[in-house]
Amino acid sequence: MSFRAFPFAFTFPVLVAAFALANPPMQRAAVAAAPAAPVAAAPAVHIVNFTFGPALLKVRVGQTVTWTNDDDIPHTVTANDHSFKSKVLDTGEHFSFTFTRAGLFPYFCSLHPHMTGKVMVVAK
Amino acid sequence: MPPPEDPTASTRRDALKCMAWAGTGALWALNGGVAHGALLDKAAPAPGFSFLQLSDSHVGFAKPANPDARATLREAVAKVIAMPVKPDFIIHTGDITQLSRDSEFDDADQILRETGIKTFYVPGEHDMLDEGAGKSFLARYGKGSLGAGWFSFDHGGAHFIGLVNVANLKPGGMGSLGAEQLAWLKKDVARLPASTPIIVFAHIPLWTVYAEWGWGTDDAARALTLLRRFGSVTILNGHIHQIVQKVEGKMTFHTARSTAFPQPVPGTAPSPGPQTVPPGQLRAMLGITDVTFRRGTERIALIDSTLA
Repeated sequence: MSFRAFPFAFTFPVLVAAFALANPPMQRAAVAAAPAAPVAAAPAVHIVNFTFGPALLKVRVGQTVTWTNDDDIPHTVTANDHSFKSKVLDTGEHFSFTFTRAGLFPYFCSLHPHMTGKVMVVAK
Repeated sequence: MPPPEDPTASTRRDALKCMAWAGTGALWALNGGVAHGALLDKAAPAPGFSFLQLSDSHVGFAKPANPDARATLREAVAKVIAMPVKPDFIIHTGDITQLSRDSEFDDADQILRETGIKTFYVPGEHDMLDEGAGKSFLARYGKGSLGAGWFSFDHGGAHFIGLVNVANLKPGGMGSLGAEQLAWLKKDVARLPASTPIIVFAHIPLWTVYAEWGWGTDDAARALTLLRRFGSVTILNGHIHQIVQKVEGKMTFHTARSTAFPQPVPGTAPSPGPQTVPPGQLRAMLGITDVTFRRGTERIALIDSTLA
């Protein structure tokens, strides 16, 4: 069993990445379906039920993260150190930010501060 | 003998009993005895008065839970206008608008002005979403207020305090009053005799209703400590779009219904987002709160009524 499972687990992220490149609209699904992937191809965070998902997103320097509010209530994306801050995001609205340096960037919703998330930015 | 849980009562020449009760129409009532010496310090007790609490109008909200929050606010206002005894004033405990847009503030103002009754406002987090993080609210309603919009006034022998717990919120936290406002509050109440009835109003509950959903105020205990010496403290909040209340010693806590949409009972849904109820049931979950003070009996009555 373990012999058969290993090669599948190994190739899966590669297949997902290739598929995402060939079919951009699927990138978000690919990120959600492959949490084991070290870095997201098109990093996205969705706000659902007053929760940032994924709570911890790993990206490389230079990548742009897009947050989308899928709730019926407005939210914001506000860095704890205010190095980035969205305007208020109503239902379906987006906010994008490009991370230009490595580090851990904790953020929260300034309306509902119990909502928190983190972006970990690693070197290229 | 004074009750052992109330050490301050033993220092009073005489402790009069008063009752604070709160209920939803005639359906249910909660009783709590509050020791009160106010009459001893009052040469001529004023006759009673009433005021009204409106909350969470969310003008601009147009989602399945309520496609027209303006219409339900108009219904609430019509209910106020139809009241047999006109309240002395209205307090609005925030979330006047959905997104702090000028057009939303304009519409709310136009609808609420129909009451013809003086209205006091404290902001909710939805009223802080303009570029200036609350400047639009302050430009309209902040006259005579301090900081993010806090203020106090006296009426009918009672002291009213409007607090702001939706400004400069901290990551991972809940509502927050902040050091500056707490310092002001300490000074504001320092001059008052302990017999003065206190009414505090703020948007987010000043006690922790449900931490998982952020339904509380991190530094509320510091404010409540400053009010502990008073014989009667009534705390009126909004934010959670449903009635929750408790009596703790001489403090009565109460949250009002929204005029826009209901929110779920804590823990009964994946999130505190707007609750969509079957058609025809919405108005039974929206409403207003009427507060009556009867001097002489020292009785505070909180009566919630729905728009249904």
